[in-house]
Amino acid sequence: MDAAALVPCTMQVNGDARTCAITPATTLLEALRYTLGLTGSKQGCDKGDCGACTVLVDGVPTLSCLTLALACDGRAVTTVEGLADKGVPHPLQDAFDRTGGAQCGFCTPGMLMSAYALLQREAAPTRDEISHALSGNLCRCTGYTKILDAVELAAAELRERAK
Amino acid sequence: MARSRTASPERPARKTITLPASVGVNVPRKDGRDKVTGAALYLDDLRVPGVLHGRTVRSTVANARIVSVTLDPAFDWTGMTVVDHRDIPGENCVAVIERDQPMLASTHVRHVDEPILLLAHEDAERVEAAVSAVKIEYEPLTPALNLEESLEKKALVRGDDNVFKTIRIERGDLDEAFVRSDRVIEGEYWCGHQEQLYIENNAMLAERTKDGGIHIRGSMQCPYYVHGALQVLLNLPPEKVRIEQTVTGGGFGGKEDYPSVIGGHAALLAWKSGRPVKIVYDRLEDLAATTKRHPARVRIKTGVMNDGTLVALDADVVMDGGAYLTLTPVVLSRGAIHAGGCYRWDAARIFARAVATNTPPNGAFRGFGAPQTLFAIESHMDRIAAELGMDPLALRRKNAVKLGDVTPTGQVLKESVGSHEVLERTAKRAKYAEKRARYERENAAAEAAERAGKGAKDGRRLRRGIGMALAMHGAGFTGSGESKLNSLAALDLTPDGRPCVRISNTEIGQGTNTVFGQIVGEVLGIPHEQVLVHVPDTDHVPDSGPTVASRTLMVVGGLIEKCAKKMKEKLELFAEHPIEGGADFARIAKRWLKERGPLRVEQRYQKPTGIEWDDDTYQGDAYGVFAYAAIAVEVEVDLDTAETKLLHVTTAQDIGRAIHPVLCAGQIEGGTLQGLGWALMEEVRHKDGKVWNHQLTNYIIPTSADAPPIDVEIVEIPYSNGPWGAKGVGELPMDVPAPAVIAAIAHATGCRLDEIPATPERLMRALQRRGA
Repeated sequence: MDAAALVPCTMQVNGDARTCAITPATTLLEALRYTLGLTGSKQGCDKGDCGACTVLVDGVPTLSCLTLALACDGRAVTTVEGLADKGVPHPLQDAFDRTGGAQCGFCTPGMLMSAYALLQREAAPTRDEISHALSGNLCRCTGYTKILDAVELAAAELRERAK
Repeated sequence: MARSRTASPERPARKTITLPASVGVNVPRKDGRDKVTGAALYLDDLRVPGVLHGRTVRSTVANARIVSVTLDPAFDWTGMTVVDHRDIPGENCVAVIERDQPMLASTHVRHVDEPILLLAHEDAERVEAAVSAVKIEYEPLTPALNLEESLEKKALVRGDDNVFKTIRIERGDLDEAFVRSDRVIEGEYWCGHQEQLYIENNAMLAERTKDGGIHIRGSMQCPYYVHGALQVLLNLPPEKVRIEQTVTGGGFGGKEDYPSVIGGHAALLAWKSGRPVKIVYDRLEDLAATTKRHPARVRIKTGVMNDGTLVALDADVVMDGGAYLTLTPVVLSRGAIHAGGCYRWDAARIFARAVATNTPPNGAFRGFGAPQTLFAIESHMDRIAAELGMDPLALRRKNAVKLGDVTPTGQVLKESVGSHEVLERTAKRAKYAEKRARYERENAAAEAAERAGKGAKDGRRLRRGIGMALAMHGAGFTGSGESKLNSLAALDLTPDGRPCVRISNTEIGQGTNTVFGQIVGEVLGIPHEQVLVHVPDTDHVPDSGPTVASRTLMVVGGLIEKCAKKMKEKLELFAEHPIEGGADFARIAKRWLKERGPLRVEQRYQKPTGIEWDDDTYQGDAYGVFAYAAIAVEVEVDLDTAETKLLHVTTAQDIGRAIHPVLCAGQIEGGTLQGLGWALMEEVRHKDGKVWNHQLTNYIIPTSADAPPIDVEIVEIPYSNGPWGAKGVGELPMDVPAPAVIAAIAHATGCRLDEIPATPERLMRALQRRGA
């Protein structure tokens, strides 16, 4: 690739300002994984079908494989690496671990980000609301049961903390 | 005695464990933290300096002679590594059971997307562009694109009859049994391809080593399969081939045999370029080119008595193996052995054939041939029940095997037979009888209301139904398979005094590493966290066999249990006192290491006594034991759109003993949804031999919005040769959903499909034929 074609892009990634040199065609997923070395977000289809690449852009769950990195210049991006607080897993992460919500783990980062966004806007979602919110994230291992259990458990724990 | 429990998902793991008791406890996953924080490194997450990106140039026709392969001179090939069949140092084959499949096609292609040429470049975009700069000229030949065309010998794909393998299982006097039957009932059942659809696509990295060997890392189930294939391909001795598993994003059989292909390709590119080469498939390539579940046609003729007693079974099974053999004979074998279902037959004949077609080779997929034949026999049970005017549950109750019964291979079921237990528990838990009556009442009322012009307010014509299915699944390799595998497991001490499990069985999401920690911890009386499980790496672990056939826990877990007992005995003799917990173990272990040097114990597989199998007659003990599953599926069908909604699923499964109930329930829930997907929506469509729906946009798998609540009851009837009584659980859940869905749809609509998936299109045609 012609180096002259590279352009700078600055994003707030998991709270830190990160600048990278990318081409205008670089997707957000490629920038995160291959330029910034944040490999938590996964590529399962590169077509927006599977949801494994889901990250938050300004708090909104976004398919990073279908989003140009440049479109996120100056915006806040949160990935699975940004969920833990000083090494302490977020209650959602802990709940996925405890309930068996992660098996092979490949869909888990995207699943967590969709669930995180749901809990940001709805502290006490119903099971139907959870399953609707996660319906863009494919999982082949769990049959989804334990993923829904995990989100319910995390929601309850977060509500408890907020008291 | 049977024990039963519901795996409570809310059971908190991290905080409430009392150690050292580990078996039967939902301890935290060993790999859990890394997976939920994004720290787990899958193949494409590895950063490798100087890596080249590999791509595969594939055929576009189903059957042809290759006339020429040309690199477009207008394209800039600088820095491009190009590999064809002439670059192969050893034998041009994918060595599995046979060596019929070329690693790279040379003179002929026998299916669309067959690999012909390999390319690698440090720029991923350039190598992608290069794929279309390779021009291949073909002389097309007539292909045989499905099992019917293969049987008709429209093209000869294999030998002079297209048959990969034939199996005959015969028991009792079939003619006599038909003569004395009150009725003869026949059916024909079809099921199509299914894609495993692990969310992480196939991915491999190959590097030449300084000692003239090859090191492969990647997403796989069976490192020693790749190890064997690479020795043949590169003409290397075993010690020069090193295969190492990376964190694997699902397998389901799809990473049993295929990693030898992609691993071989990466190795050839690395061999020629001298650089590390990574091949990571995208979804399009993975869905189009890799192995799938074998499509099958099963014809069944049964003799039954008017009271529902089954007498005679005559089954004719045909499976489509695709263009090359891969694991097809073994898939066919399991399919044939399971074709009689979970029932007693006075006489049975099962005739099974696998045939070759000009389509990408099919391979392993959870259940390994059994879901196909079980779909057929379970659907047929519902047909028998309907013809006799019997409730399908009553028919199953009357004929399901019991302790002491004999299978079509002549196997006497000597222990751990949970068939009736799972059937009754499922029926009770699902309120089967009550729901069946209620849905019939409601459906009749809805129909009457619609006739009277007083249907549902929103105008929808909905019908509900409930269907059941029952199956048994042989755990471990079929027949003499486990003896031939001759698995070896080892347990040793790390320099800091921790026990380390050394096996080639892989963690692919099912929780293998966690339960091996539990087993060793339980035997040694130490916390399970203290136990390490070595990365499956052929330089560092012995060959304990492949991660397939629901064998890892039951067979290899048993070997590791024995290893742990040996280690305990040695250390306690040495210490002259029993091990008293984790700290004491560490003290003793360190003292041993200091005074006596390394400690390693091993255990090789030994066939349990009383298990005999004859490969020639196909008679004997096909498996050490069977696991049992029953399911009840409730559906709602929209008569106008022919869409089927899954309302609720109840399943009880006898797996001997749940070492980790949450992980077991996870297998059952996940396998159930995979089976429901196969039943309702997953359909691989071909056009001229090419998979045309090779993306997730149109190869549809269930989402969370499609998934019904799945109520799981684990039944535990222990098996004397499994660790703590455990039997295999991985494949069993795949066996029962599909026939239960078809039965539920038939109950709801009166319309029975004999082919899956029951897509709206297929069901609509059936409803229209019936004039609904």
